[in-house]
Amino acid sequence: MSKPDVTSETPYAPKDPHVVLRVIAKFLIPLIALFGFYVQFHGEYGPGGGFQAGVILAASVILYALIFGLDEVKRAFPPWLIRIGMTLGVLLYGGTGVVTFFMGGEFLNYSVLNENSIAGQHYGIIAVELGVLCAVTSVMIAIFYAFGSRQPETSDEDW
Amino acid sequence: MTLFATAAEPAFVVPVLLLDISLMALLVVVAFAIVKMRSLFGIVMLQGVYSLVCAAWFVSLDAVDVAFTEAAVGAGVSTVLMLSAMLLADRNSTPVPMNRQLGALVVVILAGAAMLWAVGDMPAFGDAHSPANSYVGTDFLAKTAKEVQIPNVVTAVLASYRGYDTFGEAVVIFAAGLGVLLLLGLNGNAGRWVAKPNGQTINDRTAPSAALAEDNREPEKQIESEEEASS
Repeated sequence: MSKPDVTSETPYAPKDPHVVLRVIAKFLIPLIALFGFYVQFHGEYGPGGGFQAGVILAASVILYALIFGLDEVKRAFPPWLIRIGMTLGVLLYGGTGVVTFFMGGEFLNYSVLNENSIAGQHYGIIAVELGVLCAVTSVMIAIFYAFGSRQPETSDEDW
Repeated sequence: MTLFATAAEPAFVVPVLLLDISLMALLVVVAFAIVKMRSLFGIVMLQGVYSLVCAAWFVSLDAVDVAFTEAAVGAGVSTVLMLSAMLLADRNSTPVPMNRQLGALVVVILAGAAMLWAVGDMPAFGDAHSPANSYVGTDFLAKTAKEVQIPNVVTAVLASYRGYDTFGEAVVIFAAGLGVLLLLGLNGNAGRWVAKPNGQTINDRTAPSAALAEDNREPEKQIESEEEASS
């Protein structure tokens, strides 16, 4: 994203051509992220789950990158977090399976996680969906960073 | 029309049918626009529109979870990814000569005819005895209330009954991310590079191919990379 045009000669010329976009995006991005978490933690009752929530969370980060630039978004969501996030997600999922394995059940049989098998199922589903959320969010942002960092930023005239 | 005769009562079907037909017609229009268009930016945007119309259609089919995924992935993230991939390549596609399209046309006509032929074997919409609504599907619906006790059966099937499949899915996503990271890296070089072939230092500004590429960076960044090259 290019710098705002501060040298314009007419006094009422817009200093920043994207000011509407920036203001609206700043308002929308927290709502999108909040909606992502709602989809995650409300997945037992409504549509959605770890995958959809992960994509929505990643979309909020990507929207931030589109409006404010890649350098800014890399300060908000640093690239080292991605490597941890994607491995942690898969490990959380697989680890839940291994834990149930050692607690006497089959791999990914959540019923053994608690004395009450239904509570065990709920714990297992929450852990597994958290794993999916971590993996999907990190991978989506990783792919965006990888592609987005390959070329110089596009100037306004170029579109 | 045996296809619709056994479906639900007509009072329910007619408005939904009209909605479905108009959404499908919209899909066809968007698909033709994508085929005719040469500007890749427009094509990527129309693909987002296509996904969004698809999502609306899935909602009318009561497949809310699928619609959700389609809207978030198809219309949201993949549009942005296609845009950033397009920036790496070109802004316009070159037209393909007609004689190279004939083979594709034959394949499309054959595949389309096979699909139309198969429509007759499909169960009616909402058929209680269709494969999707019998066997293990009814088992999941009946047992979720007892064994998992969460209202959304989709979540129960995805995370619990089909936990292995979802684990495989998570691993596939992880592998995709890993592949992209190994091939492209996270930080890239934003178009700035320095190489030292045969002892001489060249970068993206001084290389012989630099004149071919249009420079659309900010002036101060161009100066920066020139200073890097001379140092």
